[in-house]
Amino acid sequence: MPEIGFEGKRYPSQAGESVLDCLLRHELEVPNSCRNGICQTCLMRAVTGTPPEAAQKGLKPALAQQGYFLACSCVPTENMEVALPNTAVFRRDTVVTDVHHFTSNIVRLRLARPEGFDYCAGQFLTLFHPDGHGRSYSLASLPEQDRDLEFHVRRYPNGKVSSWIAGQLQVGDTLSVSEAIGECVYLPGTPDQPLLLIATGTGLAPLYGVLREALRRGHTGMIKLYHGSRTQEGLYLHKELHQLAQSYPNLSYIPCISGADLPDGVEPGRANEVAMKQNPDLKGWRIYICGVPDMVYAAKRAAFLAGASMQAIHSDPFVYH
Amino acid sequence: MSESLYDKIGGEAAVNAAVDIFYRKVLADDRINQFFESVDMDKQAAKQKAFLTVAFGGPNSYTGKDMRDGHAHLVARGLNDSHFDAVMEALGGTLKELNVPDELIAEAAAIAESTRNDVLGR
Repeated sequence: MPEIGFEGKRYPSQAGESVLDCLLRHELEVPNSCRNGICQTCLMRAVTGTPPEAAQKGLKPALAQQGYFLACSCVPTENMEVALPNTAVFRRDTVVTDVHHFTSNIVRLRLARPEGFDYCAGQFLTLFHPDGHGRSYSLASLPEQDRDLEFHVRRYPNGKVSSWIAGQLQVGDTLSVSEAIGECVYLPGTPDQPLLLIATGTGLAPLYGVLREALRRGHTGMIKLYHGSRTQEGLYLHKELHQLAQSYPNLSYIPCISGADLPDGVEPGRANEVAMKQNPDLKGWRIYICGVPDMVYAAKRAAFLAGASMQAIHSDPFVYH
Repeated sequence: MSESLYDKIGGEAAVNAAVDIFYRKVLADDRINQFFESVDMDKQAAKQKAFLTVAFGGPNSYTGKDMRDGHAHLVARGLNDSHFDAVMEALGGTLKELNVPDELIAEAAAIAESTRNDVLGR
């Protein structure tokens, strides 16, 4: 019978037994409820091994693509290493290749991509401070196009990891990173679907990745990117995005400033509110939302009520400060 | 063997079609949306899906105790018959929008109705 690897140990399964039943039989804690593949409480991720198709029924396509599955419906056909959702398992060492200050408190960090390190544009990983503290950051780079891994880091006065990254890290320093996870990724297969991307602050990083991945794959549908900040300085990729929008007729870049001092060509107000006002009917759209938690929740709710399917709304599960 | 309600309504595909419509209805309904507001909308949508599967007579292993335990915190916040009625309305409206025949809507409503006392902790 296949073995289930979980949190560093291996557990033999019995004939016909699901991953959930196997782990529960060994008195491990795995959240679960309906045990019928419906409620999705027992969502897990296959780190190695392929979950059977039946275990991915009803999941968002982006989750299924990343190896997520329902433990209650997964009778393994081969050995599997599994993890709870949003838990990264592997760590890799890497080295700083570039530190560039976009603004006084937003930094672009580039790390050498470790050998064999796979990821999708828009996913996130954890960067570890030498003392073991970790913080999640989204990837702004494209695996097929960019040699390095790129992150946009806002420095917070009391943020241990962000101050270290933005204030101390130098080219040549080594640090460790987790594997990349998450479902805030571009989904090929519907090249003409309209895409709405809403970011505030450094929530732009994953959407810069998703956006460029969509363009790289020849997305033909309309793409609208709203980037919001309180100040003009916070629109830290203004020039690049403006140029990109001039090269691709299906791409619009709409910068938004919620504070005073509005330069020309910038929308007044919060990015999510401007986006919803300009796009009142989101039926059939795919939506990506990244930024501070209150904005993400408000925008998800508004997008859903404006007709977007829950399955077509992507956001990151962690907190941008 | 006669076809089950779940099969007649359209099985899992019907649940998938219904969940967005149903969840949108309850979120838009000021009488009950305070009970459905959740920061984790994906989890909340999965719960709606589980509920609809039960109401459609689909495969589930929910017990009266699950219903009680799952709603106790809402009962403590004042969940009562009027809210349950509003959810029943949303369920009926969803099935109507999906052009489910009236007699099947009545069957689904009867199943949902049978959970009332457990949901309200009585």
